[in-house]
Amino acid sequence: MPITITLPNVLARLADGHRTVEGAGDTLGDVVADVSIQFPSLRSRLVDDAGNPYPFVTYYLNDEDIRFAGGFGATVRDGDEVIVVPAVAGG
Amino acid sequence: MTATLSPTAIPVPLPTPASPQDVTPNGGRSVSDNRGDAGRRGDGVLPPLSREEVLRYSRHLILPEVGLEGQRKLKAASVLLVGAGGLGSPAALYLAAAGVGTLGLVDFDVVDVTNLQRQILHGTRDIGRPKLDSAADRLADVNPHVRLERFETRLTAANALDIIAQFDVVVDGTDNFPTRYLVNDACVLTGRPNVYGSIFRFEGQASVFATADGPCYRCLFREPPPPGLVPSCAEGGVLGLLPGLVGTVQATEAVKLILGIGESLVGRLLLVDALRMQFRTLTLRRDPECPACGTHELTALVDYEEFCGIRQAAAADIAAPTIRELTPREVADKRSRGDDFDLIDVREPHEYAIARIEGARLIPLATVSEALSTLDPNREIVVHCKVGGRSARAVRILQDAGFHRVWNLAGGITRWSDDVDPEVPKY
Repeated sequence: MPITITLPNVLARLADGHRTVEGAGDTLGDVVADVSIQFPSLRSRLVDDAGNPYPFVTYYLNDEDIRFAGGFGATVRDGDEVIVVPAVAGG
Repeated sequence: MTATLSPTAIPVPLPTPASPQDVTPNGGRSVSDNRGDAGRRGDGVLPPLSREEVLRYSRHLILPEVGLEGQRKLKAASVLLVGAGGLGSPAALYLAAAGVGTLGLVDFDVVDVTNLQRQILHGTRDIGRPKLDSAADRLADVNPHVRLERFETRLTAANALDIIAQFDVVVDGTDNFPTRYLVNDACVLTGRPNVYGSIFRFEGQASVFATADGPCYRCLFREPPPPGLVPSCAEGGVLGLLPGLVGTVQATEAVKLILGIGESLVGRLLLVDALRMQFRTLTLRRDPECPACGTHELTALVDYEEFCGIRQAAAADIAAPTIRELTPREVADKRSRGDDFDLIDVREPHEYAIARIEGARLIPLATVSEALSTLDPNREIVVHCKVGGRSARAVRILQDAGFHRVWNLAGGITRWSDDVDPEVPKY
């Protein structure tokens, strides 16, 4: 079973309309890289040029903020769920 | 419990700022954890309720979790709403109806017809009025016992601490990143809970920041996105009901903080997805490296336009090659002269379906780079969008690709409708 990444609606259009996409890898960084290969136009919205997460997009691995769980180096297992939370400012 | 009645409604004095040493009305120490009573008054005396108020709030009074004391806490409390727009509207209406004694409203805008799809504080008759006037009328009708503190100004680093310190709880209903970081930092510095809500298209976020032990907005998003990356609701749209969902969550959290009941959103981020109608909460932690609430290296408010990269972006625009503009009138004149030029519309297809300029070719901004080979660099090109922002970016892409005879349509299709063809609908 692969790792699922749940995207906000606003990014789904860059993943052929999918709200959840699946990726493989040993670390969260691997999974994000795998998804970026499947959906190239998603890449620049998920990671910066160096492949690191942006300070205005927070990743959750099984409901925990990854910055406190090893960042992109965090080990992932089949069945894990990643949620991408971008900063929005509308009011 | 015996009801304390007064013969007439007593005006609520502005509560003095709460401090950690405050004593609760029952004589005990105030709860100092995250779910403590945000609405306690400095003098420890709760105002009585009039007979009319007892009747008005009867559905609260018979809830043991609220009761007479809780209702008096609400009356003693003050909540500042930053923004009387999409989120501020439902929040203000419910907080007023709930009997929060003092509501502060910060807004400098006037009511526009495009607000009415979601900003339920204002009505059609209010178009063109200051939002604070319209809000004052509506809230006075909802609950005449509420005292309204008006701040008809933009919240800035110069006034935020003074304004926020006057209130027990802050509800952030702003619509831009600089003000969100400003509200957050001012709340951290003054020790006021920041009841956060934010929306975009079909999704929203809510939390409670800046409490004694909880995280703040900077713990969630260390830095804002660069200007232009995340569209505003005016550019990207928002489902009109969504601020109703999220703003009501904010009002609920504010009331819970005042009453000191339940489990607040401190340390949790609520994600609302209106399309899936899914609510989920994620764990939020205080970032030990957070400059505001972690290391406390942030000891004063900063320049939030600079922090959010807005000044730098403006400076870069000045340094970059000029984007030449034509007014709608000038473009219409070119057409009537029979000038040979391409008119390119870089909006989205669903916007093109609402309104279009006859003869314009649709190439959404995201696809301009791919469409370069279909454009003739030797012809004159006029680019337009809704109001001129996206088309300016498209002009820049074309300039960078070697197109030299490119103009931006000033004011976009909106100004075209004003100046040339009123038959083209504005949206």
